[in-house]
Amino acid sequence: MTRNLICICCPRGCQLEVTLQDGQVTDVKGFSCKRGKDYAVSEVTAPVRMVTTTVRTEEGVSVPVKTAQPIPKDKIFACMEEIKAVRLHLPVQMGDVILENAAGTGIPVIAARSLGE
Amino acid sequence: MREFDLAVIGGGPAGMAAALAAKESGLERIVIFERDSVMGGILNQCIHNGFGLHTFQEELTGPEYAERYFRKVQEAGIPYETGTMVLDITPDRQITVISRERGVETVQAASVILAMGCRERPRGTLGIAGFRPQGIYTAGTAQRLLNIDGVLPGKEAVILGSGDIGLIMARRMTLEGAHVSAVFELMPYCNGLNRNVVQCLEDYNIPLHLSHTVVEIHGKDKLEGVTVAAVENGKPVPGSEEYFPCDILLLSCGLIPENELSRGCGIGINPLTNGPVVDDRLETNIEGVFACGNVLHIHDLVDYVSAEAAQAGRSAAAFVQGQRGDGGETHQIIPGDGVRYTVPCSFHRNSREDTHLRFRVRSIYRDATILISCGDQVIAKRKAPVLLPSEMQDITLKYPLLEQADADIIVRIEGVTA
Ligand code: SF4
Repeated sequence: MTRNLICICCPRGCQLEVTLQDGQVTDVKGFSCKRGKDYAVSEVTAPVRMVTTTVRTEEGVSVPVKTAQPIPKDKIFACMEEIKAVRLHLPVQMGDVILENAAGTGIPVIAARSLGE
Repeated sequence: MREFDLAVIGGGPAGMAAALAAKESGLERIVIFERDSVMGGILNQCIHNGFGLHTFQEELTGPEYAERYFRKVQEAGIPYETGTMVLDITPDRQITVISRERGVETVQAASVILAMGCRERPRGTLGIAGFRPQGIYTAGTAQRLLNIDGVLPGKEAVILGSGDIGLIMARRMTLEGAHVSAVFELMPYCNGLNRNVVQCLEDYNIPLHLSHTVVEIHGKDKLEGVTVAAVENGKPVPGSEEYFPCDILLLSCGLIPENELSRGCGIGINPLTNGPVVDDRLETNIEGVFACGNVLHIHDLVDYVSAEAAQAGRSAAAFVQGQRGDGGETHQIIPGDGVRYTVPCSFHRNSREDTHLRFRVRSIYRDATILISCGDQVIAKRKAPVLLPSEMQDITLKYPLLEQADADIIVRIEGVTA
């Protein structure tokens, strides 16, 4: 079985063709760099995405946040719910951990902007 | 009157990169004028990731990319004045600004870099019938409301236009609990990046309908819904109409460089880009006034903006320091078959620098060849499996190549249009 994908790892958007046999990736074509090959394997076995959103601080200012790494796709909405429940005060530094373990993935959510110094 | 070697108009990614490059090239008296209360420009509200792969070799969000540049500006000790709006630029580079602190003030600059960015195409330019109810926003306005002000501006959304901001907002609104019924695009191709179609629409099962547009807006005070129709040969197809209830319509129908100040200064505007006509030094027809970033032409990647802006900064420094030669003869760079525009529009034969030729194609091409010719000779050639109108092309013309170019250069595409 082959699956056609578009690589989302950079704006070039290479068209990838992944060959699968019994659920195992046997071949990847079309990538222009290693990131694309890795993406193809991950996308057909355990797809992941970055989550970016904002947290409203007690002071009423919105702070952009992101998962430090991509998390499993099916955990995105659970991660959003947990981020919504976070209570946060200014000041915030870029890189501050906002949530230790997003939706049980072991991946933290971090601030993407310094605000309120 | 305050005097500067360089005044940069706009503190977004273009303005910051331009100022930094000028400083590195030895200019001392630099100022950045920024209208907003903070530096960073539009990046502050672009909270999604995908920025910086070229510049920082890692994938950052917009605010992170902005903050990294802002720190460099601070470390370099480059003065910036926020809350300061430029009202006027004269051809002899006197700049009138207004701010709370200083009131109205005129300063003299030895050189000016235009880095004002762009605006979104508003509803008024789209020609959609119906009343003007509350609930119609440009995608960027909704993005600001949601990401900066923390307000979700609607619960049931339709998106018109497949620009990247619209696609990004489709995902963003969905994550915040709104329902996005579909994205409609007038053209037969998507205007946003493929990666955004995948990760913003397909991931959330949001359909993208090409060759479709909104033909009617319903609701008088408050938006109630839109009627959408298929489009053929620029006309709605009778019988194809479909009604979508919605309380928010997002418009992502293109960006327009913001050049009121440039026009006021007498700068020639290229009707193909809506940005200034510039040469290979990114200098406009007004000596000592340069342009870069989205005010010059619309970019799809901030990394390209930073690179272009750095070149403008170096050019401005060379001009002020009297270090640039006369550059020799100039020739035009002309968009040929399949090419919508080029930046720059002309080049100096002896500029002693490589020239980045940036352009966009008119339609989708497969198995294409980009051909750059001078007279009847092809001087550069590049093959591409696919060329998309939504992707800016960037080809570096090596300096020795241009030194030999004794006539206008034409850029054209050969290939199969899809
Ligand atoms: S394969 Fe590499 S070059 Fe191609 S889209 Fe993916 S990351 Fe970009």
